[in-house]
Amino acid sequence: MIELRDVTKVYATHAGRHQVLDGIDLTIHSGEKIGILGRNGAGKSTLIRLMSGAERPTSGYIHRGMSLSWPLAFGGTFQGSLTGLDNLKFICRVYGVDFRDKVAYVKDFTELGKYMREPVKTYSAGMRARLAFAISMAVEFDCFLIDEIISVGDSRFHAKCQHELFDKRRDRAMIMVSHEAHNIRDHCNRVGVLIAGKMQIFDDIDAAYAIYQAATS
Amino acid sequence: METSLRRSFAIQRRVIGALLLREIITRYGRHNIGVLWIIAEPMLFTLGVAALWTAVKMHSVSNIPIVAFAITGYSSVLLWRNVTMRCAKAVEPNLSLMYHRNVKVIDIFISRILLEIIGASASAITLTLGFCFIGSMSWPQDIIIVIGGWLLLSWFAIALGFIVGVVSERSEAFERLWHIVTYLLFPLSGAVFMVDWLPKVAQKAVLMLPMVHGTEMVRHGFFGSVVITHEDPIYFAISNIILTYMGLALVRDAGHRVQPE
Repeated sequence: MIELRDVTKVYATHAGRHQVLDGIDLTIHSGEKIGILGRNGAGKSTLIRLMSGAERPTSGYIHRGMSLSWPLAFGGTFQGSLTGLDNLKFICRVYGVDFRDKVAYVKDFTELGKYMREPVKTYSAGMRARLAFAISMAVEFDCFLIDEIISVGDSRFHAKCQHELFDKRRDRAMIMVSHEAHNIRDHCNRVGVLIAGKMQIFDDIDAAYAIYQAATS
Repeated sequence: METSLRRSFAIQRRVIGALLLREIITRYGRHNIGVLWIIAEPMLFTLGVAALWTAVKMHSVSNIPIVAFAITGYSSVLLWRNVTMRCAKAVEPNLSLMYHRNVKVIDIFISRILLEIIGASASAITLTLGFCFIGSMSWPQDIIIVIGGWLLLSWFAIALGFIVGVVSERSEAFERLWHIVTYLLFPLSGAVFMVDWLPKVAQKAVLMLPMVHGTEMVRHGFFGSVVITHEDPIYFAISNIILTYMGLALVRDAGHRVQPE
């Protein structure tokens, strides 16, 4: 179980304090899938980052009773001079996973072939996205934080990602941010709508959309 | 998940190891001598300086052989100079790694610091062994004092690395100024003189700088009673404790502020 209690995040800007999140309460049970809706700048990514532990809340409390992924963003931020294999090794080392068990899987999924040993700066956007996704799947977590659902690549790649995440790992909890309604409709049990730093939780996805649409129009 | 101290320690060791390997590949790549540049770079620097000082007949100033004088002095400077230079602005290029909960600001600094200390130490050891074997240098009189001085200098480098690393991230001006400060500190740090050569007033002033004590100590160990040195290891250690405390406080604060890209 993951619990957020009264979580607040304030950033210091040149124009003064900017409150992004205000008193967020959220409980995620194992296997639950929660979608997060909100317009640009509503604090969706900030919430994901706080949950992952990459940033700390200004106040409030986060309890991580299960293992949480880093915020998976499939654009992929890589050190260009490192090879695909180097990037895989780094992530495996950080998370204490033996990379030798993962090389075959990543090679197979990414279809990078000999490019696994070439610097990432020589990759196309599609190759990077495939590598980013495959590396994200190399480490297993109880709960995946998905900052942006796959928006690059072709339909074959999308299908493969969907299969890895939503079929093979359907028993895991997931928190996902997406602008595309169908992603959340297809996969989530509950939806949190972020408006003016506050979050409302809905079990009914249509009700959540109605509020979200009313707030954005 | 909540983690015990022991588990945290294991994670941190793992992360620093991963960062260290990553750093070696990004900096030196896999071409030509690759990872050996860690040692070769400071070695070439020191050799260059030794050659220059020999050429301008610095050996006429004292009874100490110039090669030994250059190696003891310049290696001591390289230790803290390289560490602080590599810590300056170290966080920004690694911001994307901060997405991983277990990668902390301090790990970035520690991995870079370790790499520089290993390089500078290996370079100093290699040069000493080499020149001692061909007879341009005599073996150190008291290796324990040399090691003591070197460890104190390494500690100083770590503490200063933390401070420079954090402050340079907060202030662009500081990063620029630090280059100038380093340059000016080089002649004052005891690399190009023995404290004993200076007039009494200058001695007092220069001994305020902590690293001067380290350089003096290393030379004390190397040359023994041939030279008079003025180090105060206790003063150096106390300065290091204060700097370490400041450094850790700053790093902790930086950890709270950090925003992954």
